[in-house]
Amino acid sequence: MKTTVAYYPGCSAHGFSVDYEKSTQAVCGALGIRLNDIPDWNCCGSTPAHAVDTELSAALCVRNLDNAVKADANELLTPCPSCLSNLRHAAKRMEDPRFRARVDELLDNPAPAVFPEVISVMQGIARRFDANALAERVKKPLKPLRLATYYGCLMSRPAEIMDFGDPENPTLMESMLTACGAEVVDFPLKTVCCGASFGIPERAVTARLSGRILALAADMRADALVVACPLCQMNLDLRQKQAEHAADAIFAMPVLYFTQAMGLALGVPPGRLGIEKLRVNANGLIDKIEAAASGSTAPVEGSRP
Amino acid sequence: MNDAIVITQRDTVFMKDVDAQSSQKVSACYQCGNCTAGCPASFVYDMQANQIMRGVQLGLKEAVLNCRSLWMCLSCSTCSLRCPNSIDVAAVMETLRHMARRQNRITVPNVEKFWHSFLDTVRVCGRTYEIGVMALYILRSLRVFTDLDLAPEVLKKNKLPFMPHVVQNGGAAAIGRIMRRYKERAEREGVRP
Ligand code: SF4
Ligand code: SF4
Repeated sequence: MKTTVAYYPGCSAHGFSVDYEKSTQAVCGALGIRLNDIPDWNCCGSTPAHAVDTELSAALCVRNLDNAVKADANELLTPCPSCLSNLRHAAKRMEDPRFRARVDELLDNPAPAVFPEVISVMQGIARRFDANALAERVKKPLKPLRLATYYGCLMSRPAEIMDFGDPENPTLMESMLTACGAEVVDFPLKTVCCGASFGIPERAVTARLSGRILALAADMRADALVVACPLCQMNLDLRQKQAEHAADAIFAMPVLYFTQAMGLALGVPPGRLGIEKLRVNANGLIDKIEAAASGSTAPVEGSRP
Repeated sequence: MNDAIVITQRDTVFMKDVDAQSSQKVSACYQCGNCTAGCPASFVYDMQANQIMRGVQLGLKEAVLNCRSLWMCLSCSTCSLRCPNSIDVAAVMETLRHMARRQNRITVPNVEKFWHSFLDTVRVCGRTYEIGVMALYILRSLRVFTDLDLAPEVLKKNKLPFMPHVVQNGGAAAIGRIMRRYKERAEREGVRP
């Protein structure tokens, strides 16, 4: 069967994660993966909708799935783990006829019988390019970088819904970054929660949980944390000062989206990856990559023989 | 939970309701404490995850439905993953929160105010929009200084658009209809929308 892809950017793509959106588009463009937005997509409801009511959350998701079906898509890619979780939960719950009937009551027209498969952009890339195929396309290896991967709690859990490998030890991002030439540390907190959407109503919770992740990455001498979730990125980067304040420490830890790291390796200019949008400056990382790529003999801190 | 349990406060059908609504079997819990050991929010819980499970088994409906923990749960599913009896503890937590809300038991109002502020922007625009969420949340919670320290950074990076993205071609109105039907149904069924 021919695969027709639809793309669900998620609301934060037009807000605080414009850099994720830009770099996702740039990387997929460089790899020849076409991302056609679902026509007139709407918010999946994020945490607030499912926290309030499961059927409301499903109705918001199903309208998107329906629009994807109408656009003949059988594979739906989304960069955001929270959207991914909501869309996959909705599709699963709709298998229960009683649940489906309650959701149909909320919709303009009944939901379609079959939905497209929803996967993350990361999986979408991995399905088309294995490690060797990616490595062949690397123009500027991330060799001088020591990276810690952080998935957050939604990407891999619950395992039976998300189907993303080991729910506490996913390794897809590691294999992709390794293919890009980076040294990747074995980061034990990779799926431990960063405080999620509590940054606004209960920021002390988020500051403490994010602080723990940043502190460990610093202890392990990572040059940067690499993430896949807009909310995690905001907690770890934009709110890094709040976490530093709570921990009484200075982390100065750049927090990149995996698409930004991959984009650099594929030779996409940093300006097209939104690197300048990061709060914690990541220019030092770019300098290291450039220096290594141009064969500079200047000693590069953190590089391994 | 160390206090003696007042037998008359036990609700004997509570566990059955929770089981039915969460599709779980809470009676299978044998109090190993794994859920609590891995819970990232435990430090702000007034009742730990395993204590909540025990409370459900014992029918301590008042204590369970009024606890703060239901509102502070991050839905990270670590508890569910580590439960040796395969109980989806996170689903039980979510079910309990839904039950509490429907009965107007809002133990941590600011968390609910944040959710409503978020959903209001979705109802009007079909998508959410960070500055709108913040403005509504500040109005609702009267927390004027929430995240004011982030403002200079956010503005400098030009990360937050001031204008909402409204779903075109009638999409925003379609979302408005979904939200209206949800609200009307909740009112008909006598639960908090
Ligand atoms: S889902 Fe909630 S109760 Fe379970 S571990 Fe996460 S925060 Fe704790
Ligand atoms: S992990 Fe499971 S069995 Fe152990 S206390 Fe928690 S719910 Fe009960």
